[in-house]
Amino acid sequence: MIQISAFALLLIGGVGFFSWNVYKIRQNILLGRKLDRTDNAADRWKTMFLVALGQKKMFTRPIPALLHLCLYVAFVITQIELIEIVADGLSGGHRSLKDSLGGFYTFMISFIEILSVLAFFATVAFLARRNMLKLPRFTMSELKGWPTKDANLILIFEIILLVCIFTMNGADEAAQLLHSNSSYGFTVSQFLGPLFFGGIKSTETLHLLEQIGWWGHITMVFVFLNYLPYSKHFHILLAFPNTYYSNLEKKGKFSNMESVTNEVKLMLDPSADPFAAPANPDEAPQRFGAKDVTDLTWKNLLDAYTCTECGRCTSSCPANITGKKLSPRKIMMDTRDRLMEVGDSQRKHAKDYQDGKSLLGDYISEEEIWACTSCNACVQECPVNIDPLSIIVDLRRYLVMEESKMPTELTGMLTNIENNGAPWQFSPNDRLNWANED
Amino acid sequence: MSLKVPTMAEMLANGETADVLFWVGCAGSFDDRAKKITKAVVKILNHCNVKFAVLGTEESCSGDPAKRAGNEFTFQMQAMMNIHVLNGYEVKKIVTACPHCFNTLKNEYPELGGNYEVVHHTQLIQDLINTGKLSLEGNQTFKGKKITFHDPCYLGRANDVYEAPRTLIEKLDAELVEMKRCKTNGLCCGAGGAQMFKEAEKGNKEINIERTEDALETNSSIIATGCPFCNTMMTDGIKHAEKEKEIQVLDVAELIANAAEL
Repeated sequence: MIQISAFALLLIGGVGFFSWNVYKIRQNILLGRKLDRTDNAADRWKTMFLVALGQKKMFTRPIPALLHLCLYVAFVITQIELIEIVADGLSGGHRSLKDSLGGFYTFMISFIEILSVLAFFATVAFLARRNMLKLPRFTMSELKGWPTKDANLILIFEIILLVCIFTMNGADEAAQLLHSNSSYGFTVSQFLGPLFFGGIKSTETLHLLEQIGWWGHITMVFVFLNYLPYSKHFHILLAFPNTYYSNLEKKGKFSNMESVTNEVKLMLDPSADPFAAPANPDEAPQRFGAKDVTDLTWKNLLDAYTCTECGRCTSSCPANITGKKLSPRKIMMDTRDRLMEVGDSQRKHAKDYQDGKSLLGDYISEEEIWACTSCNACVQECPVNIDPLSIIVDLRRYLVMEESKMPTELTGMLTNIENNGAPWQFSPNDRLNWANED
Repeated sequence: MSLKVPTMAEMLANGETADVLFWVGCAGSFDDRAKKITKAVVKILNHCNVKFAVLGTEESCSGDPAKRAGNEFTFQMQAMMNIHVLNGYEVKKIVTACPHCFNTLKNEYPELGGNYEVVHHTQLIQDLINTGKLSLEGNQTFKGKKITFHDPCYLGRANDVYEAPRTLIEKLDAELVEMKRCKTNGLCCGAGGAQMFKEAEKGNKEINIERTEDALETNSSIIATGCPFCNTMMTDGIKHAEKEKEIQVLDVAELIANAAEL
């Protein structure tokens, strides 16, 4: 009874705290500007199916993709075992599904065990890759400190989860062998169990070990679940909505700013009434472009929470490859860090509380955003369809349209377009001269 | 052979209509190197008797560099003025040799009232070959030569056009050698996003040099592109590597015009 109560408390506490954090993250994401991404449901489901569930874009780099697939499939399939763990926990039973499922149960647990072994090796490989291989994209300055710890911590959690599963099943198998000289027939632990625990000749000790494995596993599941919202690892859940709400347009198409369209139409329309009342007199005019996270769209903010800091964007960014300060991954990390700060301070103080800081300036520098060639390599590379480019462009828009701040050569280029209809200083009257030159 | 370059205004005055508008773009109009690409496109259009016209002095910057630099006002002013002219001539189809104009006209003008079928010149040339209007049968100009193709970002990743330029290069009976970074993985030349018009930010290398090294690794004698800005960047890269004697940077339109002996 104590055990059942303890488990129920763990379950309620674990799920409850997780839900509270998810609620806060949702609240933060909704601080972003409006954007309609509800069209083309069929295409959206298809994108989600291929990119998130099918991990299509991971496979441009096959080796990490395969290792990642092992972890991913093991993670998804293990959730089935979790159903039994919850059932056992609440009923005080032992392997509740075994009798009703019969042979299928043995198959299922065996399948999970094989996947878990693969996942174990993949995790060890990932740990080695991060800490021994020193890949440039894992040693960059934006990963110093917490992000590197976060990445390693997640991998260690996974190893503990796997060790607990095999302790549980292995001790069970060893006990079965000890008192009835039989086996559950679980593919891996029928060998691992006797190998590690075969020397223990006490059913009580084996039962205790099995309990340690069981409790260790379920405790780690809740630790993991509640760690997610604080970690880059939240992508395992957000990859799904993030790919569903992907940009389905051609990557070259940048958004047209509606507020500007209205102004330009007024300027070009000779019969327009410049003193006409604005359409929504109560609405404060929005800032042009983005200075802070609240000027970005909710999709930009969802992108930020979805980023798992793999750095594929940065490793394909022409600016970063050639030593410039820009790193698309850092743009996403900065956006998330700033959003968490804004969300927390708004919850603590008031809805319109200003802390005097902003995304542009305090987190992202002008030098970074002016290094971008808008080549879309980062957007192409992202395995979960994050779009760092649209944030960069919105930051540029703020600088240029609100503060008239830009590299001096660009001021000249823009003046030329406005005066001559070309980015260079040529007379528009000479535009057709080429046709008569040799 | 002198070029026939009718303007939309002349066409209208003669009571004619053009099947396709050739959008020349600022680089194609003013940049000395890009003008050669423009002429190569016209030669092909003339040769195939395509009923085309240009806007001439009525054309203005598409607004792409302004938009990428963050100046939405200048972009939309340019776009609205151009759309006004294009709609005035009832333009239905546009071809352009500049991927930046291509992208802007195709993707960003519709919401502002400009709806046209926009194609890149490599797509139009491919079409001319497919319909038998242009033949490269028996041409020897580039036979067996190694040619590598640099994907312009605004043609490739931005609009998923990867095959048209490659199909054309294969028609030359040449050997198409891919760079290690190509198609969706292609590396930018460094000019996009208004970088063409400013100094690069501080770093340890210029992007066009990094990209030129990719091209040099293929041991090709020709670097083909489909963008006037990529052409400039790659040409500069080749000069930096002091390889301008051995390696040419040519637009796909120039390759085709040369092969067809136009």
